[in-house]
Amino acid sequence: MKARQKRLVLVGLALIGVAGATTLALSALQSNISYFFSPSQVMASEHPSDAVFRVGGVVVPETVARQADGLTVRFDVTDNAAVVPVSYTGILPDLFSEGQGVVAKGRIGTDGVFYAEEVLAKHDESYMPPEVADTLQTAHIDGIIEQTTESLKQ
Amino acid sequence: MIPELGHLALILALLLAIAQAGFPLAGSLTGNRPWMTMARPLAYGQLAFVAIAFAALVQAFLASDFSVLYVAQNSNSLLPDIYKISAVWGGHEGSLLLWALMMAGWGAAVAAFSRNLPLPVVARVIAVMGMVAIGFLLFMLLTSNPFERLFPVPPEGRDLNPLLQDFGLAIHPPMLYMGYVGFSVAFAFALAALIGGKLDAAWARWSRPWTTVAWVFLTIGIALGSWWAYYELGWGGWWFWDPVENASLMPWLVGTALIHSLAVTEKRAAFKSWTVLLAISAFSLSLLGTFLVRSGVLTSVHAFATDPERGLFILLFLCLVIGGSLALYAWRAPEVSEGGRFDLLSRESGLLLNNLLFVAFTVLVLFGTLAPLIYEAFNLGKISVGFPWFNKMFLALAPFLALLLGIGPATRWKHDEPWRLTKTLWIALALSIGMLALASLPAISGGDQWVPIGIALAAWLLFSHLTLVRERLKHKHGSWRQAMLADFSGNGRSFYGMVVAHLGVAMFIVGVTMVSNHEIEKDLRMSPGDSHEMAGYRFEFLGAQKVNGPNYRADQGHFIVYRGQRQIAELFPEKRSYLGGGMPMTEAAIDAGFFRDVYVSLGEAVGGGDWALRLYYKPYVRWIWLGAGLMALGGAIAVSDRRYRTARARRTAPTEAVAAKA
Repeated sequence: MKARQKRLVLVGLALIGVAGATTLALSALQSNISYFFSPSQVMASEHPSDAVFRVGGVVVPETVARQADGLTVRFDVTDNAAVVPVSYTGILPDLFSEGQGVVAKGRIGTDGVFYAEEVLAKHDESYMPPEVADTLQTAHIDGIIEQTTESLKQ
Repeated sequence: MIPELGHLALILALLLAIAQAGFPLAGSLTGNRPWMTMARPLAYGQLAFVAIAFAALVQAFLASDFSVLYVAQNSNSLLPDIYKISAVWGGHEGSLLLWALMMAGWGAAVAAFSRNLPLPVVARVIAVMGMVAIGFLLFMLLTSNPFERLFPVPPEGRDLNPLLQDFGLAIHPPMLYMGYVGFSVAFAFALAALIGGKLDAAWARWSRPWTTVAWVFLTIGIALGSWWAYYELGWGGWWFWDPVENASLMPWLVGTALIHSLAVTEKRAAFKSWTVLLAISAFSLSLLGTFLVRSGVLTSVHAFATDPERGLFILLFLCLVIGGSLALYAWRAPEVSEGGRFDLLSRESGLLLNNLLFVAFTVLVLFGTLAPLIYEAFNLGKISVGFPWFNKMFLALAPFLALLLGIGPATRWKHDEPWRLTKTLWIALALSIGMLALASLPAISGGDQWVPIGIALAAWLLFSHLTLVRERLKHKHGSWRQAMLADFSGNGRSFYGMVVAHLGVAMFIVGVTMVSNHEIEKDLRMSPGDSHEMAGYRFEFLGAQKVNGPNYRADQGHFIVYRGQRQIAELFPEKRSYLGGGMPMTEAAIDAGFFRDVYVSLGEAVGGGDWALRLYYKPYVRWIWLGAGLMALGGAIAVSDRRYRTARARRTAPTEAVAAKA
């Protein structure tokens, strides 16, 4: 094979590879991303009813209650404007505590309770997940019922 | 007083770095020899002053000098001394100082171990490293001075984040930084070559050992971080695809591509511009990693409480480095001559594919890491990319890489025949297919398709590399052991280093495959006296009691693990509250084994002496880190190859002669 042809073959292979990888990456992305919603947005039903999403805010003090099985925990998450009840079965992260920022990932049940598969709290006490920080500010500005103007999932 | 001395030393180090970036480079361009010879003393001087600053900070920590803000934020008089030292790099300012220290250290190392390189090359390399050092020293002095005073002086410090009070984490950042910063040497060599317009096999041979050493450190650093996350966070995971982990993985991936492409450049003088581009990318990705960690633009478990000013500075620095080096590349690279030609079936092609796969994976990881930013920028919503996506991408590429890894090293340079390759490798291939069949049995695979694939790929790597060793020793004298020893002490180190590193990959594959598919994790509520049976192990919970540590109080659970009737381990997981800060900390208890770990971590007391807790069974999880350890060991063996030393010795005489004439 001549050098030119060889280079063409290599370039062709590389192009096929790039196209394949891009397709794979983007198609897989659609099913693996989870959107973030604030409690206000959840209350306004902006969230998907059939997909996993994340909700974040501050754990409302004195709402953390352990259920009879010893493993399920219920607590409320707020953005200072609306409240979403969350239920999680399992071991909570060390930094989980009342008044702390958390992000929960899961789906909402027909009873309006958010069933979390995963609850994230952060390593550093003074750290607030950016989404949660944004939510809190938004809620302060917009008051109680006004929902955020930010259009989220189109 | 001492903190001010440290501050002053940093300023002096910056001045020296400016001189280091200026004079040697100017000297190399104008042929001014005295200016070029300034490179080495300036590099040593910069190291000396940064070391003084570092020592001053260490002293402030050891003396618990809480009048220094950074010490007050990250230490406590009750903290054990060893953690007082590691607390030096437990926060943002101190870790930057550590970074600067290593930067200066690498610069001085280049100055010390480059006796046999032509002076203009040394001058340029050290000058480029000086430029990078300017960036970091300025960053520290302008936005994150570790010596800032605090008034009034608090009586007690806030304590080091308890998560960081651990031996693994005491050495993880230094290793990681050694790797990150080490790529600056490869970067500096690449830029020096572009400036000088001389990219040749000699250049590749000089920069190869440096790059490999940096890669070895980075490998160890990442593995330590993964190991630390596994036992310290109490989640039992070893990799989370967290943005910060990705930030360390990307330079590693590109660095891996780079050490392979450097091999081609050294042996065949091909891939020259590509190698330079990789060297630039590896270091740029190290910087990008720093930006991501420090700026807080991404949600991450590692994120420090951050400051937008710092983010902006790093972003500017990043643009300057990437933009500047790419501009230089665009200007000079077209002048680089074409390298040796090669056929479609040749080792060059194999290494090219290796490079493409590594780069493709880097791009995917980069995309996945930045996707939340991209979405937000286009107002598409706030998203997070789940780790299943990264796993999918990894699984799409890794099998090809592993398959190729068995073939590539058996292929000849320049040109090879398909039938010769088949003849060499058919036994290895047959054995691996045998392993595939064996591992497909439901008893082993547990019905999962990835288990047999993973095991067969690992077997393929093992057998193909054994074949390589056998082929290499076939014509040597004596028993294979004698032949191997002779070969090893002769010119074979880089070959055996490669074999060891590639076997590390095989071990890693087995670990990942087994632990991903066969691990068991269970959240339970247990009362004292309860037992739970899992994966053939019985966990008996005897209860929890209060214990006191040097700077914490803890609830300590007591578990006995039985296999059948035999007691195999006693485990004491803890839930700690540190006196300095309010947050509780889980200390998991692990019974480690070569083939499996059993792992208990305490959740919360749920009343009546009962605890919510988590049990894990992790088969082959150690193989992940042992595999990474083998890769690093392989790199270290390869660097010790005689040719890097003899090649320099040979080159010494003429270089000195030329230098003397000039």
